[in-house]
Amino acid sequence: MSILINKDTKIITQGMTGKTGQFHTEKCQEYANGKNCFVAGVNPKKAGESLLGIPIFGSVKDAAAETGATVSVIYVPPPGAAAAIWEAVEADLDLVVCITEGIPVRDMLMVRNRMKKREAAGGKKTLLLGPNCPGLITPDEVKIGIMPGHIHRKGRIGVVSRSGTLTYEAVGQLTEIGLGQTTAVGTGGDPINGLKHIDIMRLFNDDPDTDAVIMIGEIGGPDEADAAVWCKANMKKPIVGFIAGVTAPAGKRMGHAGALISGGADTADAKLAIMEECGFTVTRDPSEMGKLIKKLI
Amino acid sequence: MKIHEYQGKQLLKKFGVAVPRGVFCQSVDEAVKAAESLGGNLWVVKAQIHAGGRGKGGGVKVAKSLDEVREFAGQILGMQLVTHQTGPVGQKVRRLLIEEGADIRKEYYVAALTDRTTQTVAMMASSEGGMDIEKVAHDTPEKILKVFVDPEEGLSAKQAAELATGIGVPAASIDSAVVALQGLFKCYMETDASLAEINPLILEGDGNIKAIDAKFNFDSNALYRQPEIMAFRDLDEEDPDELEASKHDLSYISLDGNIGCLVNGAGLAMATMDTIKLFGAEPANFLDVGGGATTDKVTSAFQIMLKNPKVKGILVNIFGGIMRCDTIATGVVAAARETHLAVPLVVRMKGTNEDIGKKILSDSGLPIITADSMADAATKIVAAVK
Repeated sequence: MSILINKDTKIITQGMTGKTGQFHTEKCQEYANGKNCFVAGVNPKKAGESLLGIPIFGSVKDAAAETGATVSVIYVPPPGAAAAIWEAVEADLDLVVCITEGIPVRDMLMVRNRMKKREAAGGKKTLLLGPNCPGLITPDEVKIGIMPGHIHRKGRIGVVSRSGTLTYEAVGQLTEIGLGQTTAVGTGGDPINGLKHIDIMRLFNDDPDTDAVIMIGEIGGPDEADAAVWCKANMKKPIVGFIAGVTAPAGKRMGHAGALISGGADTADAKLAIMEECGFTVTRDPSEMGKLIKKLI
Repeated sequence: MKIHEYQGKQLLKKFGVAVPRGVFCQSVDEAVKAAESLGGNLWVVKAQIHAGGRGKGGGVKVAKSLDEVREFAGQILGMQLVTHQTGPVGQKVRRLLIEEGADIRKEYYVAALTDRTTQTVAMMASSEGGMDIEKVAHDTPEKILKVFVDPEEGLSAKQAAELATGIGVPAASIDSAVVALQGLFKCYMETDASLAEINPLILEGDGNIKAIDAKFNFDSNALYRQPEIMAFRDLDEEDPDELEASKHDLSYISLDGNIGCLVNGAGLAMATMDTIKLFGAEPANFLDVGGGATTDKVTSAFQIMLKNPKVKGILVNIFGGIMRCDTIATGVVAAARETHLAVPLVVRMKGTNEDIGKKILSDSGLPIITADSMADAATKIVAAVK
């Protein structure tokens, strides 16, 4: 098993005809069962055409109805990305993965509130991963996003992080010492996003094929602390935790829009402390994440 | 992006928040003329820099005569204003705001900011205006009131009145406070702000509510659709190296240590900085080269890092994904040659085309030290600069 996606997942790509979308769709097709998973693209101006052997539809709704796809991935440029998320939600998809970096926060606030209201009114719950994230991958089955597929290996460790390359770092360490991954998930570096650490930890906890988890976080916001408190009460599996940004100064945005210390509670030290209190095996040396997991299982 | 107080007040005024009459000036003569044209017998001379704590640093003075306006404007213009937010060197004052004096009876604090947990806009208010709000939040958190506002529906008059009453605004001035709070919220939303803070918001003798200060921060992702805000940008207030880096599409922040680091990805960049510290040194900067690093981009990154005289060594840490290690290696070799690199350089690369990348480094004939892990890289660079 795995979480969120597997070899049978059918995926729509929004923004597939753009340069970035086309490049990454091709890489995703080449990975494992990708050829069969990526079944549709969306571009209202190119409906009826095809690209990379994938048919293009005029809307997400049409694409979903025609192909049975339940997941979409978004490469649409920032000004239109929030609208693309909303289109996927209105098409009742299960999961939307938004790769786009640089979406205005106000647009994300609006779309998240609309999503919550729709759900509260009895509408279907569509999960959102990202934005500004690398996506997610279930090794040897399917990859949705921009991560390098070849560093992964199928196995029993879950990985969750906000950042892209730091996720790859953890995955690379695991693969190097012979430990594979069930699913590796990047939740993204933006302050207003969809799935958070706590949501991914819940899924890993329920996944019978995940034995342990590496949870990586960074400065800014309450997500890691919230997840840690939940894990203390509920998590049945060992966790290795790392938080990036011990040396980051307060009040400076460290690359990610969400990586900004805004109070005493969201520094790296504060998060490491609460994770340790909640039973995580915490390290301050990111080179050790893989080795520590090996000791725990 | 930050703006000046006088610009923030222009925005607030546009959204119906009352502010004192004031004039923006760049010379002592202009300041005196401004005071004359404002009239009255009390003026405030305020340094305009992008940092808080100006009053404590001597950047805000109350003048009781035109002579005093001249005297204070002369003192403040051109001074290196040091506050808790500027660092020890301070910031040179190039702009002034001359304002009419206010009849302050009570000071409040109000602010709008995005709340990550509820994914709404938090409107905050406190009876403890004029104070350092972080100190209030720490010592007496019960004195800060918060309402979470649905971004689509906006701040209702009822919510605003509850906040105003909660912080002790007298009954006769509630309507005036509601106008200010709703104006602040609307301004926050429509300008794509990430923080809008009025500290203090005052109650005047005549019962009116006015904004005496204005602090704004804007979402840099949204500036493309905010030409009016972009026009407020003051490059004099920005770190010249960070500005230069942004021109090359590099995310750079200067820090206090002596190890320069160049990394791809923000999370990995922070983790690299932390590893440098863990192994006994301090990072000189945060630098994310992003996903599409070219030789030019890497060379610019080296040039920016090396401009910092404190840099005694450089650590390059790349996890090759879509960006291949051989591309980065070629860039690093070219950059080291171009900049006549004279400090130790440790390169750690993993991922796509790692072996080709390493070969390019060793074939270059340059004294590049290679490393396998982040810990190994940090150990080597720390040893090399000792």
